[in-house]
Parts: sequence; C-alpha cells; structure tokens
Amino acid sequence: ISTLILAEHESGSIKPQTVSTVVAANHLGESSSVSLLLAGSGSSLQEAASQAASCHPSVSEVLVADSDRFEYPLAEPWANLVDFVRQQRDYSHILASSSSFGKNILPRVAALLDVSPVTDVVKILGSNEFIRPIYAGNALCRVRYTGAGPCVLTIRTTSFPVTPITESKKATISQIDLSKFKEDAVSRSRYVGQSTQDTERPDLGSARVVITGGRALKSVENFKMIEKLAEKLGGAVGATRAAVDAGYVPNDLQVGQTGKIVAPELYMAFGVSGAIQHLAGIKDSKVIVAVNKDADAPIFQVADYGLVGDLFEVIPELLEKLPEKK
Amino acid sequence: MKILVAVKRVVDYAVKIRVKPDKTGVDTQNVKMSMNPFCEIALEEALRIKEAGFAKEVVAVSIGPSQCVDTLRTGLAMGADRGIHVEASSSFLPLTIAKILKSLADVENPGLIFLGKQAIDDDCNQTGQMVAALLGWPQATFASKVVLDKDKQSATVDREVDGGLETLSVDLPAVITTDLRLNQPRYATLPNIMKAKSKPIKKMTLEDLKVDIKSDIEIVEVTEPPKRKSGVIVSSVDELIDKLKNEAHVV
Repeated sequence: ISTLILAEHESGSIKPQTVSTVVAANHLGESSSVSLLLAGSGSSLQEAASQAASCHPSVSEVLVADSDRFEYPLAEPWANLVDFVRQQRDYSHILASSSSFGKNILPRVAALLDVSPVTDVVKILGSNEFIRPIYAGNALCRVRYTGAGPCVLTIRTTSFPVTPITESKKATISQIDLSKFKEDAVSRSRYVGQSTQDTERPDLGSARVVITGGRALKSVENFKMIEKLAEKLGGAVGATRAAVDAGYVPNDLQVGQTGKIVAPELYMAFGVSGAIQHLAGIKDSKVIVAVNKDADAPIFQVADYGLVGDLFEVIPELLEKLPEKK
Repeated sequence: MKILVAVKRVVDYAVKIRVKPDKTGVDTQNVKMSMNPFCEIALEEALRIKEAGFAKEVVAVSIGPSQCVDTLRTGLAMGADRGIHVEASSSFLPLTIAKILKSLADVENPGLIFLGKQAIDDDCNQTGQMVAALLGWPQATFASKVVLDKDKQSATVDREVDGGLETLSVDLPAVITTDLRLNQPRYATLPNIMKAKSKPIKKMTLEDLKVDIKSDIEIVEVTEPPKRKSGVIVSSVDELIDKLKNEAHVV
C-alpha cells in the first residue's frame, strides 16, 4: 500500500485536516508508505514542506511542486499535477481531506484516472472497504472499491482525530521536476480573489467547543451574544443555514450536511430547531447542549442536556455564571 | 448559447428515510420523490441567465428510470425549453453519469453545464467535477454568485469555500456546480405546468450515447447510524452549568 495525500497548507504550515488524513491513511493497512504532495509557490511552500516532513511519523516522503501555476488552488492544474505525479510513481491510494479544497479537486483527479472516488470516508475497514454517510448521515453506506486503478478517497477528518505525537521523525523532501508537466497552452480558469473573515477564534472544523446560533437570534446584533459566549469558552462560532441565509453571519460558519461537519467536545445550540441537515453536521460531538423555547424542537432528541427557555435570558446568565477560560 | 442542466430525481428532502431491513439500501418505494434541491437551484440559475439574454435555450437532462420524466416535467414547468431523458434501469455511479453528460455535451455543444453541487441522497459531490475533467473544461464548484460576460465569453463565479468566499473567472464553455445561496428557485405556475406538457422530452439510451457503465464500487451494506442516547432536560442555568462541570467535565 502506497498512499499519495494531496496536502493543504497555509502561510507556511500544514493544515490540521491534512494530518488527520495521514492518520486515516494509516488505517489502510500494514506497512503503508505515505507521501504528502504540497503544491504552491515560493518561500511559504518550502516552509510548509519542511514542517510537513515532521508532522506525523508515518509520513515517508514530502513531494514539493513549486511553480506559479500552483499559487492558487485551481482545480484544473492541481488535478493534472496529481495525475502527473501518479504517472511517475505508482500509488495504490490517493487521498485528500473532505474540505472544499479536496472535494473540488479529487473527483476531477478520479475522472482523469477513470476511477470512481469515495467521498467523505468516516471509517476504513481495509485497503478497499470503507464506510461513508449518505442521506445527510441518516444512513451509513459500506462500500468496496473493486477497480484496478488507484483508490481515490476524501476523508472526513473529524472521524480521524490526531493523537499527540511523541516520536519525532523527519521525512525526506523532494522537489518535483515540472519540466515535463503539461498544461493547456492558455489557462482557462483564473483566480480573482478571496474574502476571508479575520478571526482570532479557533477554526470551526477543529475547535474543542462550538457555540451555534439559529434564526431565533433574530439579528446580527443579537448574534454577538453567541460570539461573546464562544469567546468566554474559547470556542468557535457556528450557525444554522437559516441564520446564514438571514444574513446574521457569513456562509463559512454554517454547520450541517452542506456546511461544516463538527465534532467538538462541547456543542451548544441556541435557538436551533434541529433540522436533519443540521443534525448531520453535529452528530459526532461528545456533549450536545440545546437551549430552545420550543420543548418539542427535534434538537432535544439528540441533546445530552436540554434547557427549555428563552435564549435571551439564558445566554446572559451563562455569560455571568460560567467559569472563565483562558 | 445553450445551457445544459442535469437534474436528479431523489427522495424528497423533507422525507424521513428508512433503511431497508435487508440492508441493501434505503427504502424508496411509496416515498415522495422530488427534484434534488441543488439541481433546482442549478436550473433556476440557467433560466435567469436565459431571461437576462445571455442564453437562447435551456435543456434539462435526467438520467434514470421512467419516472425521471416527472422530474423533467417539473423542470419544463419552471421554464426549461426541452428535456432529455436518458433511460437507465439501475442507478449509476457518478463517473458513469459524468460520461453520459459528456457524451450529451459532445452532441449538444452547450456553452455552460449547470449541476447541483451534490445530490441529497448519495451526498457524493463528484459529478460536476468529473464532467469538467472528461470534457477538459474549467470548473467552478459550489457557486453562490454567477456573473456572465458575453463579450469575453467568461463567467465570474463566487464559490463557497471553507475559509469564506473565493472568486474565480472561467472561460466558456465551463461547468458550474451550485450551492444553496445562489438563488431561490421559482415555483411553477399552473399555466406553465400546462404549457410544460407540450414541451418535447427526447428519450435516449446508453447505446445511443455509446457509454460504457463503470461499476468499480460495490455497495456492501447500508445500515442505520448508531443513535445518540437521549439526554436529560435540566430546569435552570445553574443546573446546566453544574452538569457540564461535574458530570460531563467539559467546562
């Protein structure tokens, strides 16, 4: 078993979801070798590569594709790159995390290789047998890959937590020779820009605590209470689709089937009714707390602790009485 | 310009699904079926582009059993000009669907192909990316805003990505997959439902399109996910904090 992982990195460091994907790769079988592929350009790429080399002891090689063509994560050149690397070295598996990055690129790679990819793997039962959620997590589908080409998977990283690493090992770093890398003469896809929310709060996908608000918050102003509570508990802020659609918070805070999948130690939902699409995104949380005026709200069926009450009274009281976190 | 839109017939989003006792799949007998919500958004966007004068024709395609004609009629009632039904008795993997769509694109020569970013039954999120790869076209997935430039023959697309919004510009022809916030699909009005009955739906088979079926993934079994055991209802904030501190140890 030899695995190629398409890595994600940002400002000189490897993203935690890529390390989770390495953890997942270890479940594919004994004596598996793991190569991380990092693409980008310039010094931050090389910095990330050097960090990636020691991000997990099972990484055996870091491959670096340094070119202006990979300055932005455009699916077309990146999918071609994965195909290019695969032609030079044989891989049995090609993995990426089920982020918007992985989901954009890997199916394109799979089509180039004429293989069927498996999306959102939550459990690996062997080198070619996997479990993935379907119908918004209301059913689990066990699939077997029977194709001859490489097995292409995107990994739901909340299902493969990274345990603290004690062993320190440094993998070899090799630069990929791109002189033979072909691309369409004219690039037909261009990066224009990105609007990101600058926030000091932890990342929603990997936060230990997530505080979520629903439409019942009623306004952007009121939603700030959710943010305050998140700050107090050192957590991330999430929102339901309804709250995002109402414009209380930006889209990247949406939790659920089509938004972020979270699995924090503590998930607190305020004014969230609990649509199945939302519950799909929080099911793996360790402790779920729900506060809602409506005692019949479906969220109470999955909550470990429910409190029937007005969030406009409950949140201020929590802010006052909860112990301070660093 | 012509726009091709792929629409999938799925279990209605509001239906609470049941896993079959023999674990072969999810029960779809006597269950309300509808057009996949993301496909509705894709079709709506295509119609708006046509209404703005950027496209001449919107063609809806559905692949599957005979009942897919109902899904196509819904699309025609929303405003699509004609439908193509590719008959298939079994359900196909996204790769085969992508090959069928590629084959249709070779015949129809659309300037844009719209698809939903994922179907709410298998949640695969693959077909659009795969069609784009097979055609060698650029792709803009998870679109929340699409602006066409007729002179430059390009589309500027805002994409919903993990970190916020990303903006891309792709040359046509291109594949765009739609996210939830792109638009609010219209309801078909009664006159349009009547009109849709006379719009053409062309039937095609896999043989017509010369597509070989790829079946490199087997479904071993479909099971219900483990249930969370129901918790307790607390009566006050003080009790809640006490439980979180001393029972769950999370604060």
